[in-house]
Amino acid sequence: MSNSIIETVQLCYEYTLGGEKTLRALDNVSLQITEGEYVCLIGPNGSGKSTLARHLNALLLPAAGDVYVDGLLTGEEKHRWEIRRRVGLVFQNPDNQIVATTVEEDVAFGLENMGIDPPVIRRRVKEALELVGMSTLAQHAPHLLSGGQKQRVAIAGIIAMRPRCLVLDEPTAMLDPRGRREVLATISMLNRQEKVTVVHITHFMEETLEADRIIVMDRGKIACSGTPAEIFSGELDLESLGMDMPAIPALARALREGGLPVPPNTLDVDQLVDYLC
Amino acid sequence: MSGMRSITLGHYLPGNSILHRLDPRAKLMGLLILIAALFLIKTFSGFFYFGLFFVLTFVSSRLPWRYFMRGLKPVLYIVFFTLILHFLFTKGGQVFWRFGPLTIEENGVFLGSFMTLRLILLVITTLLVTLTTSPIAFADGIEFLLRPLRVFRVPGHEIAMMMTIALRFIPTLMEESDKIRKAQMARGADFESGNIFRRARNLVPLLVPLFVSAFRRADDLAVAMESRCYRGGDNRTKMRQQQVTCLDYLGVFTTCGIAAAIVLTGV
Repeated sequence: MSNSIIETVQLCYEYTLGGEKTLRALDNVSLQITEGEYVCLIGPNGSGKSTLARHLNALLLPAAGDVYVDGLLTGEEKHRWEIRRRVGLVFQNPDNQIVATTVEEDVAFGLENMGIDPPVIRRRVKEALELVGMSTLAQHAPHLLSGGQKQRVAIAGIIAMRPRCLVLDEPTAMLDPRGRREVLATISMLNRQEKVTVVHITHFMEETLEADRIIVMDRGKIACSGTPAEIFSGELDLESLGMDMPAIPALARALREGGLPVPPNTLDVDQLVDYLC
Repeated sequence: MSGMRSITLGHYLPGNSILHRLDPRAKLMGLLILIAALFLIKTFSGFFYFGLFFVLTFVSSRLPWRYFMRGLKPVLYIVFFTLILHFLFTKGGQVFWRFGPLTIEENGVFLGSFMTLRLILLVITTLLVTLTTSPIAFADGIEFLLRPLRVFRVPGHEIAMMMTIALRFIPTLMEESDKIRKAQMARGADFESGNIFRRARNLVPLLVPLFVSAFRRADDLAVAMESRCYRGGDNRTKMRQQQVTCLDYLGVFTTCGIAAAIVLTGV
């Protein structure tokens, strides 16, 4: 408990579909995320990933069970804003989360909401923009930026608030390959260099290989969790959950099935090359 | 429609004149004072002095007058309409002209020209302020000026926030409408032929998706704002602090003085 930054205890959530009908989006989800960890959350559409993400900073409140952020209970009204400062959420559509008409104003938005002194805001905005590599475009209008740049601005807006944990809900889904690379590099730099805890929800299996831990969700439950090597070792039937294996582990598995004993923790090209040559 | 991206709101022209450099709050206050003065002036000589003051400010602002005139154009129809109505329907005094039941009489001509002048002066003074103030500074200024009205539950901060968000999303929605238009054209929609009613009806396949998407964006944005600790204007700070300088005080006081003088000569 002491070093877990986020903890959910038997978290349940239901959406009302109108009338009597409800849809159980989260079903007894219990998980702990340790400070400084890089966790990837994967799973098919409708498996409850985004619903879970929105519970992590009190945008949604549990129907049953509890969510703790840094020991604070999200259900308690008085903790709400402190929780939202400590856990920042980045959303899928880069356009729909930028509020202001210039990059630096947008990064300042969260800090302004927190009522921080203007000179401090200015300094933190500058730092955040430098961190994501967007300082040169500080005065730009957001609609003139590329998707990857917009998403980095959104990340800077969160980082400026100095959160303990960064939750990203499919941040690369709407980006081109280049934008995706930029955003991924930013995320892993923040995790490594700035020691920010990262919860990264994604559909792209290749993006999960750098994670410390992968959590697979299915129909509102945690189907399994483990290191990338464990998840992609081939013992788990990801295809039945509607997901693909990343290319290299898939190849390794095919080779294994063909009789070549490739070790199950082969995740990237270098490791495969090392083994084969 | 392809040139839509070049449209800017309020047609702000960046510059470095005194009028440009004045604090938006000072400019808005000055504008309010001048508008009040316009409604107090009762004689043509008052308008003449007002016009003189306007010309001086206009010249100092170094705005290109052609550009200025273009901003005036849409209002001219209303002005012309007012003039015609007054000429025809305000009665009294000497009859100048008669055609069947229609007459143009002295009071109509007087009141018509008077109202027209007032309207034109009103518009050009306002235009002078909007052309020299960036929309964002404008929103900040409005938020500040509406602050005292909070007692009457006027949501000043919310109005300013709405302006900012509108400014932010106008280019995005324009891009989107362009995209939808092309998509519908590829599916055989026709936006170019037919009379005005037909064309208006043909816009439905453009407007419906645009509105649906705008609502979806609004929903997303609200969630994103909330998750970044947005909870209205209370206890909120602003990164961009507007510095009120001597120039601003001077501007407001001079405007006040001049307006008072004009009103006194023109009552």
